[in-house]
Amino acid sequence: MTIEIDSLNCSGCGNCAEICPGGLISLVDGKAAILRPEDCWGCAACLKECPDSLVSLRLPPALGGRGGFLKCRREAGRLLWLYFQGPGDGEPLVVDGEGREDGY
Amino acid sequence: MAAFKLETRRIKCDVLVVGAGAAGCVAGALLGGGNLKVVVAEKAAADRSGCLAAGVNAVNAHVGEGRSPADYRDYAIRDAHGVASPDLLLSMSERLNWAAERLASLGAKFHRNPDGSFKTRSWRNLKVNGENIKPLLAAPLKKLSNVLLLERLHVTNLALARDSAGSRPRAVGAFGFFTDGGGGAAAIEAGAVIVATGGAAGIYLPNNPGQSRHKMWYPPFNTGGGLAFGVLAGAEMTTLEMRFVALRCRDTAAPTGTLALGAGAAQVNALGESYEEAYGNSTSQRVLACRRENAQGRGPCHLFAPEAKERERLECARAYFHMAPLQALRFLEEGGAFRKGAPLSGDRAGEDGIRVLVEGTEPYVIGGHTASGYKISTLRETSLSGLFAAGDVAGGAPQKYVSGSMAEGALAAAGAEKYLKDDDYLTNFGDHVFTDRISEHYAPHLSGSPPGYTTDELEEAMQKSMDSFAGGRSTDYRYSRAGLRMAGGKIRELYALSRDLKAGNPGELSRIFELKERLVVSLSLIAHLLNRKETRWPGFGEYADHPERDPRYDLFVNSVSSAYGGRYPEALESPAVLARDLSSGEEIPLPEPAEDVFLKEPAP
Ligand SMILES: Cc1cc2nc3c(=O)[nH]c(=O)nc-3n(C[C@H](O)[C@H](O)[C@H](O)COP(=O)(O)OP(=O)(O)OC[C@H]3O[C@@H](n4cnc5c(N)ncnc54)[C@H](O)[C@@H]3O)c2cc1C
Ligand code: SF4
Ligand code: SF4
Repeated sequence: MTIEIDSLNCSGCGNCAEICPGGLISLVDGKAAILRPEDCWGCAACLKECPDSLVSLRLPPALGGRGGFLKCRREAGRLLWLYFQGPGDGEPLVVDGEGREDGY
Repeated sequence: MAAFKLETRRIKCDVLVVGAGAAGCVAGALLGGGNLKVVVAEKAAADRSGCLAAGVNAVNAHVGEGRSPADYRDYAIRDAHGVASPDLLLSMSERLNWAAERLASLGAKFHRNPDGSFKTRSWRNLKVNGENIKPLLAAPLKKLSNVLLLERLHVTNLALARDSAGSRPRAVGAFGFFTDGGGGAAAIEAGAVIVATGGAAGIYLPNNPGQSRHKMWYPPFNTGGGLAFGVLAGAEMTTLEMRFVALRCRDTAAPTGTLALGAGAAQVNALGESYEEAYGNSTSQRVLACRRENAQGRGPCHLFAPEAKERERLECARAYFHMAPLQALRFLEEGGAFRKGAPLSGDRAGEDGIRVLVEGTEPYVIGGHTASGYKISTLRETSLSGLFAAGDVAGGAPQKYVSGSMAEGALAAAGAEKYLKDDDYLTNFGDHVFTDRISEHYAPHLSGSPPGYTTDELEEAMQKSMDSFAGGRSTDYRYSRAGLRMAGGKIRELYALSRDLKAGNPGELSRIFELKERLVVSLSLIAHLLNRKETRWPGFGEYADHPERDPRYDLFVNSVSSAYGGRYPEALESPAVLARDLSSGEEIPLPEPAEDVFLKEPAP
């Protein structure tokens, strides 16, 4: 599955459901759920809208994925991308799309 | 089947814009800044809809230092192997730099030189950190008091009216239904309509299988709605046969310009040979190059930038975050990319440079890259008066990209405004519009027992037929006359089956209409492929019966379906096919008699 939602911690704000261009996410019992995962385009709009970084984007193995995933976080108006190598990967690598992360 | 009801909401405005993408956002904002009342109807959420949902990392159509709009026009005509309208291209090219300035004024983060000028990738490309380009474009629609933005409204049909019996119909609005919540239909009456719904993806079997079927380059949610309702309303379409096959990163279908222009990568085959020059450098020839190398056993082909160092590699990976996040993830997974010293591609771990596998995509119908779509005038008026078209849905002017689509949005807005002024239409804007009950249009899909097949299954059947018989990936984009007729028959049959599909909620109804839209577009596409009896863009498709370019086809192949009166009919008919002169747009004879998709073969 490309999109995974940490529904346990979901506040049910509905942002991700409202933004998805395919209308693929719905609130079920007050928690966000992706209803038709096979229809996901992978645009990451839902990641960017979640205030609590609960949505992750994965590359399926058929597309070369190896279990890593992305999340998004906003910090002082900037969009940051968090890369996790796998579920057990504690500290993510933080990539600033504008190009200012430490070390570079 | 749990039936649901659609109550119809009626709205009146001066101009209706259908689709809030690059073109529609600009048209809506410019018109709404004046005195006109504007409704913008968008199928998704305007902040993240259409091609630009994930963003852009370049503005691909621009007139750089020392060049003129005529240079851009000439480049686009050459790239289209001659089949493009010089006038449409020039009027668009003249506004490309305005579009970039407009994006900058909306807050887009262009890369700048120390003197403040835009940083370029080539004379036609500007670099931008454009992850947020879509919310920036949509923002004015939400601020202007003259604009009513209706989101999650899937527009399915145009409303037509005749001034008097026998006169040509005009577009006087459109109708559709809301895809979320309790649903509901909307009937929007308008003095003029601008269609800006983008192109069509998902007509052919896509590159990736089952669970990943929507991991395509073009948005899977752009299903050709605006093309379909134009066909049904009898609007003239042009050059649909110039399908776009994109050379893209394998698996993620991410654009390759980031690698080619951003990091200087060139195509190489499995033997490490660079081969592009042998095929020519038009967009179609670059796709052909990769296909031929593969066919002759020298694949798989890569984009390879041997010189790329740490800095270029990071810049490249970062650029993908602004447009194709899955490709950025791919880079991270393969080598770490942002970890110091890590290789960017796992294909050759440890090797310097960047190496990414490339391949052709499923064929799309997109007027932003090729010349396919509505036939329009320089005012962006279609053949139906009162109906204007801009962006990927409009034909005749290829190589638009985001800036050209915005330019066309501005041109269509000016065209619609002029139309309303020139015409006393607004004053006698009649009640004859929408006398039919809109909800009845959807009723057959809302009650009764479901058939023994699903929308998804019919979609698969359509994609399989188009793939096998109308030049999809499985035949290396080749098609034949006999095959096209087979595909035509299959499409007609699937359309008949689609009429029995049932929807339990508005989302399901939307998917039924997406399928019907693709079927309508498919049939017109087949008629076009059948009637351009030559091979003009071998990279995008090869007509097996006519494998060479034929100078007699230095013309536009156009089509008109006049049988439907704006409604989804019981059965699909083959459109009438005609030819037009490339410069004047005048109708001229087709080199070979027009062929009907369903014509019975004479008995042997
Ligand atoms: C993945 C990708 C990356 C790209 N990257 C770049 C880039 O970096 N630089 C560049 O210059 N160009 C880029 N392009 C091209 C550029 O994005 C398009 O040419 C441009 O967005 C087309 O504008 P449009 O308004 O015609 O279509 P879109 O922007 O796609 O807008 C169409 C809108 O119509 C809506 N719609 C569709 N059907 C209906 C309906 N039935 N009812 C109501 N609304 C409907 C859609 O939801 C959508 O919002 C890219 C394209 C893609 C697909
Ligand atoms: S990645 Fe895009 S298409 Fe997929 S669920 Fe999120 S918003 Fe929808
Ligand atoms: S945006 Fe985040 S918190 Fe809000 S509904 Fe979606 S997953 Fe839950």
